[in-house]
Amino acid sequence: MTEEGERAVFEFRLDNRSGVPPYLQLVQQVKQGLLLGYLQPGDQLPTVKEVAGTLAINPNTVVKAYRQLEHEDLVVPRPGQGTFIQGSVTAVAPGAYAALRRSLDRWLRGAYQAGLDEQAISALFTIALHELHAEPAAGAPAGGEGVA
Amino acid sequence: MSTVTTAPALEAERLGKRYGRRVWALRDCTLQLPQGRVTALVGPNGAGKTTLLQLAIGLMAPTGGTVRVFGEHARANTPQALARVGFVAQDHPLYKGFTVADLLTMGQRLNLPGRFDRPLAERRLAQLDIPLDRRAGRLSNGQQAQVALAMALAKRPRLLLLDEPVASLDPLARREFMQVLMGATAEDGLTVLLSSHVVAELERVCDHLVVLVAGRVRVAGDVEELLASHRLLVGPRADQQALRQVPGVLSVRHGDRQTSLLVRTSPDRPATHPNWQAHPVNLEDLVLAYLQLPQPSLPQPSHDPASMEVTA
Repeated sequence: MTEEGERAVFEFRLDNRSGVPPYLQLVQQVKQGLLLGYLQPGDQLPTVKEVAGTLAINPNTVVKAYRQLEHEDLVVPRPGQGTFIQGSVTAVAPGAYAALRRSLDRWLRGAYQAGLDEQAISALFTIALHELHAEPAAGAPAGGEGVA
Repeated sequence: MSTVTTAPALEAERLGKRYGRRVWALRDCTLQLPQGRVTALVGPNGAGKTTLLQLAIGLMAPTGGTVRVFGEHARANTPQALARVGFVAQDHPLYKGFTVADLLTMGQRLNLPGRFDRPLAERRLAQLDIPLDRRAGRLSNGQQAQVALAMALAKRPRLLLLDEPVASLDPLARREFMQVLMGATAEDGLTVLLSSHVVAELERVCDHLVVLVAGRVRVAGDVEELLASHRLLVGPRADQQALRQVPGVLSVRHGDRQTSLLVRTSPDRPATHPNWQAHPVNLEDLVLAYLQLPQPSLPQPSHDPASMEVTA
């Protein structure tokens, strides 16, 4: 269609009840968009003002999310133009998925044996994930795939 | 967006206001609002929120202490200082017999020449389909709020104070108001302080929090840091002795067999305790816990670690 019509490729949404911090929700949605192919290199993300004005959220939250994505080389800001997708999410090697899944199953069985229920497990997981992100020196890239 | 000074947008030191001989509306209020942030000022009715806002814009003089806006005393009231601050009063009062266009003319005349961006206000109102020739009294409540906001934003203030801006609005008007406010915040690098007794919707809007109860600051700080430093612990019903083993307890709730605690953690205090399941808290839980804190155990605001913590 027209050039203006092409701008809003991507729309964020926010789930107040998910327990996932808003900025992380935005980061995850871009990553999901990349994984599922509806975001591609060269696509422009909505401006901070557009996201803040649409979702009625604090612009600092959007800035933080974009900075995180930039840090992970997934987007690049072009001054005066906006933020653009540049990278793609590196696919995890199939073997790595399986291995992680096996160790997670082992851990989960241990947790059930210790008497934790589903809620306690997910609470523990959420807290551990948050605290890992909170450690500035933690080498793990903040992303939190798999929380959703 | 260039910030001229790094002074806090708003800085109160032992600020107090007494009405008459005995009633302290605000007492020993010490706090700092960093620039470029959106701060929620939360407290029950009568907590002193309006008093704090009115002191901040120099509408009245404090009984004790000081309040500075971008490093300048609020009472100085110089035209330049006033031009930097926008204020949307409770229930967004407008002259009901004025048309929207009249109100904008009034805004132009009452502000310093060139300091009231009328075209900006007209653009904003046009986007919201608010007719300029309509009398304010004939606009819906939500539209009146939008006109008041557009007028405050037309000053292009660096600090915008809003007193219960959405309390009287229906959910849709509330969302629209916040959309415009957040959009404007992004555009102009505004610092925003908004008072509210509605807590539920603040989490997505605010990144800084001040809880005010009975004229005093109960807790203040960066929202993310506050959330990271509080946990809800749930465990089997605990007696006083067991509770004494848990440091940083703010509130205790007993069920038949369960006890849940809201605790404040700190780097030297682990977030996990044996026998307790730790859950993250949301802003609403946290605010409610502080609102219900019994008075005597209150830490002095100036020694409160949360108000001293600086964002990394």
